[in-house]
Amino acid sequence: MDGNATAAGATAPRQRWISILARAPLERLETAWQALPAPPGFIALRRPEIGATLVRARAGGSGQRFNLGEMTVTRCTIRLESGLVGHGYVAGRQPRHAELAALFDALLQDPAWHDAIDAALIEPTAQLLAAQRQQQEAKTATSTVTFFTMVRGED
Amino acid sequence: MYVAVKGGEQAIDNAHRLLAEARRGDPAVPELTIEQIAQQLGIAVDRVMTEGSLYDRTLAALAIKQARGDITEAVFLLRAYRTTLPRLAVSEPIDTAVMTVQRRISATFKDVPGGQILGPTFDYSHRLLDFSLAAAATVDAAASPAEPASASAERTDAATATGPTPRVTDILNAEGLIEVETADDTQPVGDITRQPLTFPADRDVRLQSLTRGDEGFLLALGYSSQRGYGKSHPFAGEIRMGTVAVEIIPEELGFAIDIGDIAVTECQMINQFQGSKTQPAQFTRGYGLTFGHCERKAMAMALVDRALRAEALGEDVTAPAQDAEFVLSHCDAVEASGFVEHLKLPHYVDFQSELVTVRTLRQAFSDREIPGVPDV
Repeated sequence: MDGNATAAGATAPRQRWISILARAPLERLETAWQALPAPPGFIALRRPEIGATLVRARAGGSGQRFNLGEMTVTRCTIRLESGLVGHGYVAGRQPRHAELAALFDALLQDPAWHDAIDAALIEPTAQLLAAQRQQQEAKTATSTVTFFTMVRGED
Repeated sequence: MYVAVKGGEQAIDNAHRLLAEARRGDPAVPELTIEQIAQQLGIAVDRVMTEGSLYDRTLAALAIKQARGDITEAVFLLRAYRTTLPRLAVSEPIDTAVMTVQRRISATFKDVPGGQILGPTFDYSHRLLDFSLAAAATVDAAASPAEPASASAERTDAATATGPTPRVTDILNAEGLIEVETADDTQPVGDITRQPLTFPADRDVRLQSLTRGDEGFLLALGYSSQRGYGKSHPFAGEIRMGTVAVEIIPEELGFAIDIGDIAVTECQMINQFQGSKTQPAQFTRGYGLTFGHCERKAMAMALVDRALRAEALGEDVTAPAQDAEFVLSHCDAVEASGFVEHLKLPHYVDFQSELVTVRTLRQAFSDREIPGVPDV
């Protein structure tokens, strides 16, 4: 634990923004970073590192755990001048994405930054992701069928 | 036995140059991009990720390009790359019950809660070559993502509104009609990439091996079990494909975070009930799970998983698909091709000694003084 986990209260809000930062399109993060009025100084505690995450599943969906395979993942940890530490973990080989995710994770823990970044980046991205998901679900739903069993002329 | 060989460097370099040339094909034809492969040969990419045991669409596409479309070679390339990666995390088990479903069908329940959702499927297509795909690609692929099938419009709305799609096996579970999968998370999870496979193999390592296993081999074994080599009367209880979140708990945070989503295909086979003096009849289960959209593989895997449970379920082990040592020792395409293809490497000394032996035996044979046997 880095001691920051509780800086923004319970972990739930932080879990949420971390999951949104991980799924955000890179250009959005880059744009949001460029748009900061005065980008804060930071040092990398752990430079972006590419590795693997072992993906687990369960037999039958709910039973014994097993290893399905691995996926690529990139992680990064930074510390702002303020001392706040941010972590970025993103699927794939995405050094810049992981770095920006870590930076925003740290900034979002800072009450002075939180609301502005939440409004400019997190909420709009959450809406974008939800819209994409909805669009996908609507497209998928067009292929929903009802099968009718035919009555056989047996009697 | 092999011996070291020297020389041939120039020939090998030239051979690799020829390979590069053959890979590229006619330079007048535009070169494939990785993005094109990832986007337009998606099912090949999914297979390479599944058997290569690494979820990374770009790398799998690169492997396919480098391997000239040779899927087993591409799997080998991806596996080799995988070994260079430090393992940074182990995920929480993915939850397929809350999958964002892109396809979901059940062959056991016509009116399955959540609906029958076909998604992008070859099923019900006519398998006639579509020459419009061969024409200069001006066709707008995204053209008209169709209107909802009118007969099912209501159902469609219901399906989108209900959120998570319940698993068919859970529906059967509610009535106690199917065996329950029990989770004991105090047990360590076997990992065949870290510890060699040993027998008897538990279900965790069996499933890991089968996921990495060659689709063709598992398909043939699954087929054999259906044709009578091993007791099997399966129903495709449910097949679903879609995306699930991957969650890890980094040490430095101490709580779960999402790192993104992966696409997976899951197959739940329901097999004939068995009963005993102590247990009422009940359906049993076989499970298949792959990265991406690998439906045939997931189905074959579920058949073989069930066949491999024969002994645990008190059935006779009589067929190849039920023999864990046979199946798991031979299902890996990289291992199998390594051993088969090593035969083309220099075996000159081996063969020389065989030659000497055969010549000696033949000499001894012809030296026998048996009338009527011609000299050789």
